[in-house]
Amino acid sequence: MLTRFGPPAAILLLSGPILAGLAGTILPAVGYLPALGGETFSLDPLRQLAAAPGIGGSALLSLRAGLASAALSLCVVMLFVAAWAGTSAFSRIQHLISPLLSVPHAAAAFGFAFLIAPSGLVARLASPELTGWQRPPDLLIVNDPMGLSLIAGLVVKEIPFLLLVTLAALPQVPLDRTRQLAASLGYGRIAGFLYCLWPLVYRQIRLPVFAVIAFASSVVDVAVILGPSTPPTLAVRLIGWMNDPELSMRFLASAGALLQLAVTAAAILIWLALERFGAAVLRGFCMQGRRLRHDAVLRWLALGMMLASALAVFAGLAGLALWSVAGLWQFPETLPRSISLKTWVATAPRVVEPLATTLAAGLLSTAVALALTLLCLMREDETGARGRRAAALIYLPLIVPQAAFLFGLHLLFLLGGFGASLWALVFVHLVFVMPYVFLSLSDPWRAFDRRFEAIAAGLGKSRLETLWRVRLPMLARPVLTACAVGFAVSVGLYLPTVLIGAGRLTTITTEAVALASGGNRRVIGVYAFLQMLLPLAGFAVATLVPALLFRRFRAMRV
Amino acid sequence: MKKLALSAFAFAAMTLGAVADPDPKDWDAVLADARGETVYWNAWGGSENINAYIEWAGAELKARHGISLVHVKLDDTANAVAKVVAEKAAGKNAGGSVDLIWINGENFASMKRQGLLLSPGWAEDLPNWAYVDVDNKPTIRTDFTIPVEGLESPWGMAKLVFFHDSARSEVAVLPTDARSLLEWAEANPGRFSYPQPPDFIGSSFLKQVLSELVEDRSVLLAPVDEARFDATVAPLFAYLDKLHPAMWRSGRAYPANYPAMKQLLADNELDIIFAFNPSEASSAIANGELPDTVRSFTFPGGTLANTHFVAIPYNAASAAGALVTANFLISPEAQARKQDPKVWGDPTVLAMDKLEPNDRARFEALDLGVATLKPDQLGPAIDEPHPSWMDRLEGEWKRRYGVAN
Repeated sequence: MLTRFGPPAAILLLSGPILAGLAGTILPAVGYLPALGGETFSLDPLRQLAAAPGIGGSALLSLRAGLASAALSLCVVMLFVAAWAGTSAFSRIQHLISPLLSVPHAAAAFGFAFLIAPSGLVARLASPELTGWQRPPDLLIVNDPMGLSLIAGLVVKEIPFLLLVTLAALPQVPLDRTRQLAASLGYGRIAGFLYCLWPLVYRQIRLPVFAVIAFASSVVDVAVILGPSTPPTLAVRLIGWMNDPELSMRFLASAGALLQLAVTAAAILIWLALERFGAAVLRGFCMQGRRLRHDAVLRWLALGMMLASALAVFAGLAGLALWSVAGLWQFPETLPRSISLKTWVATAPRVVEPLATTLAAGLLSTAVALALTLLCLMREDETGARGRRAAALIYLPLIVPQAAFLFGLHLLFLLGGFGASLWALVFVHLVFVMPYVFLSLSDPWRAFDRRFEAIAAGLGKSRLETLWRVRLPMLARPVLTACAVGFAVSVGLYLPTVLIGAGRLTTITTEAVALASGGNRRVIGVYAFLQMLLPLAGFAVATLVPALLFRRFRAMRV
Repeated sequence: MKKLALSAFAFAAMTLGAVADPDPKDWDAVLADARGETVYWNAWGGSENINAYIEWAGAELKARHGISLVHVKLDDTANAVAKVVAEKAAGKNAGGSVDLIWINGENFASMKRQGLLLSPGWAEDLPNWAYVDVDNKPTIRTDFTIPVEGLESPWGMAKLVFFHDSARSEVAVLPTDARSLLEWAEANPGRFSYPQPPDFIGSSFLKQVLSELVEDRSVLLAPVDEARFDATVAPLFAYLDKLHPAMWRSGRAYPANYPAMKQLLADNELDIIFAFNPSEASSAIANGELPDTVRSFTFPGGTLANTHFVAIPYNAASAAGALVTANFLISPEAQARKQDPKVWGDPTVLAMDKLEPNDRARFEALDLGVATLKPDQLGPAIDEPHPSWMDRLEGEWKRRYGVAN
């Protein structure tokens, strides 16, 4: 019975806040917000926005970051999959990359910044022996005005995401047979894959690619850490206006959020054009019968880039961990002069409250998301319908730029008097957690062998009992993995937490980003380490519990 | 049940507190009022050692007076001022969300002007006011040219000092004023920078340079004269136009604040940095953040000096608790701990000759560290300009340098 309410509840949950939030953003952007004295519609906020110094530069920067990071990460993933899918190296890399998905963006960005800064790990390793640098060179690498380090930081974090969605799509194409066929006709590995299989694969990962564009063009935390500051990206400036104590700035902030929506939409439109161009090029090569048999260089290059991106994140995180226990550590010393737990001891008491909020918001939102997902999937079993349109809806919170609807939502919460409560926070996290839980659980759920249920029913078990004693235990592994994914998403959420928490509710992530500007690497190291540890703990539970549960059932082991 | 009774008591105390403002002359009544209150202290939260000190103060207040101190960490004090402004606009004249603000300069001036502070003046009625050094520290009663009138209670002293690493740069060639700093920067390109205004240390650097270069320094002590603003600040921006190309990253990026600048000194990226706290360097050495070869210097012609305070908004929900907190902060014990470089190293506002011998011994026992200049080596003090200058300078800076493309 209850299951009937599953899909409507999920639709309401995913689209309701977004539509309401968008309305709450658009109305103030055209001057209407009675609570702050905006009683009539006017173009003043938009005019004010146009007059903001350097606004064009900020918007272009956001557009460029969105497109470039999506294009680069997709290219690397595409070439790597084309060159290596089906080999043993491929599955090894896949295991190496998977854990990176759970690393929050901010932690990865910190690690990356420590790595590439002129006084960072790379320069320290190479100096003074190779470079001759006794002191860091005066190079503008992190926070460069072009946003190159921002793009690079986004690319290393988006590659694991795109690789994993591609992996999920791969089993649905006839990989081995097609490879054999293409090879027997004399095509190179990469060319064969791209001509025959890539169009099929790409069709399935299109929405995730859009999500990457939307995320990268509107990201705040990574842009604060790696992006330029004179002027910063559009989303970073929006946050400044939104947090401005001068309440009349909300009109400007809303107008800016509208611009953000336009920038992201423009990025996606440009991407659609690029898609056509790419398809035409691919078709052209195909028609000319180019076999591109000597692609060894490109193949190794793809592998190299894939490894380099993973290595960058791992080395950055290792650097963070090292900084958190470092004593004095001057350039060009490769290792700190002394190691101490001083920073950890000093920080520990201040971590307790953000940690508690992080755990509460993460666990509660994941639990609700899991319940809703199960209801939806059970309803699907009953009706037998697999809504294609529902899939698009699931991606809605990932494709609409966060800033565009969160501002409005925040305003609605404020006016409704629910500001800065844990429930408001859980609700907003749920909007972002739910899609990931659904996406990660739906495939294993649908692949479940229904004959087990038929047997249970034949033995006179009720539906609830069948669910509780047969299906859920058998699906314990994917269910827990979905929970771990949801929890990791919640831990990493920055913008929703900052806006709804309004400084009163802080999580590890918001504290870490707030500390970023202080440049105290030791303290940042502690927070970023914790930020990375929490999702890992979630995945450890998801691995260990089924292992314990199934220790006596051979067929259930991995 | 016990919890319920306690919270009912706290609630009663809160509502009572809102009815009549506490009177610091009747200190016992203030203490009784304050018990059980929660004080929301809005204070800049960008430095770990300061946060740790505030945490210590909270624990002491809890143990001694039953007050729960909550540090609301700000990145800009103006946000707390605006919160009070918004509450006043909404007619919330009691039970406000801010009880205590760490404040000085333009934020104090703006709150005083708008009547947002607990009045009449209360600071000079605090029991521990007896120890405050009002005779030798004029900035305690005049904050950025604005008379304090007891509307805020002093917390610490600040003086602009510069730090360098003696292992890397010769003492003999160090700059002695803003002009020689420019020459030094041109001779050592990429080794000097300042935090991006409106960061408060960065804005202070602008004021220091302006104070040195302006033809008539007394102009700065009066509010900005719009008609003459451009002409007055012309030397400052001519100076910055020359300085920026010789700066770290050629002035295309700036450290976010003082802690970021400190990290850059530790990384050997910068050679000269500056802070508003003379013992900052010793404190950083004690914490392993800077090498023990870092030393301080100052300009013989003088550097900016001021006092920082705590103030109570007129609508504070826990005014009594805030008064007790302010009084605790100027107790010899709390001040001595604050001056310890291992804790924070912020100079005291108290007069040594007014203290009891055992309290004076606390200060004398402090090892101020190798990198801290003695009080008589700090050089003359330059008065802070009128608060209106800070605002205008920050706006002008942003217009010229804040948006590169």
